[in-house]
Amino acid sequence: MFRPSHFAAVLLFALFASVVFGITQRDTPPRMLRYGVYCFVLFAGSAIVLSWVMFFIAR
Amino acid sequence: MATTPNKVSTAPEETQQGFVYLPLIAGWLVPGAGHFLLGKWGRGALLAVSILSMFGLGIAMQGKLYGGAHDILDILGLAGDLGNGILYFISRIGGWGADQVQVTTADYGSRFIVVAGLLNVIAAVDAHNLRTERKA
Repeated sequence: MFRPSHFAAVLLFALFASVVFGITQRDTPPRMLRYGVYCFVLFAGSAIVLSWVMFFIAR
Repeated sequence: MATTPNKVSTAPEETQQGFVYLPLIAGWLVPGAGHFLLGKWGRGALLAVSILSMFGLGIAMQGKLYGGAHDILDILGLAGDLGNGILYFISRIGGWGADQVQVTTADYGSRFIVVAGLLNVIAAVDAHNLRTERKA
């Protein structure tokens, strides 16, 4: 059984979803790459920010 | 970071030959197949690897495959799982995945499987848009 940490699961999810979003939502390879990176940063960045928000709320 | 939406092509569809929904159906049944049919080998390979990896990791995490519709959440889960096309049916026949979610990673796995299905639907619709020349 594969048991990734929560953060590893977030990164894997962000990677695969960003690849599909990049390819399907833009029409030229450079724009696909840029949009894919943009989505990945938003996925991973929002997870990190929300984690810190929840950390401070829980204190 | 600023992003701009795609330009919508207004090319006529009359130049296309054959069954126009074939890439859509093939893309739903087999991830990336819709793009392969249109000769978009690189895009198809990336889509196939991403969707198959996400589905495979979901199964490896002992994610749940939704089999019945007992409440609204099960119906939504089943709809997402069905997006995986033939992978879903093979997995059901093979008895892959878990019947009950018992550990946290299995819950992640269930989400991975559902989202893989939803991403596959997006990819299949993209193949259809390429076929109808709505997208370059």
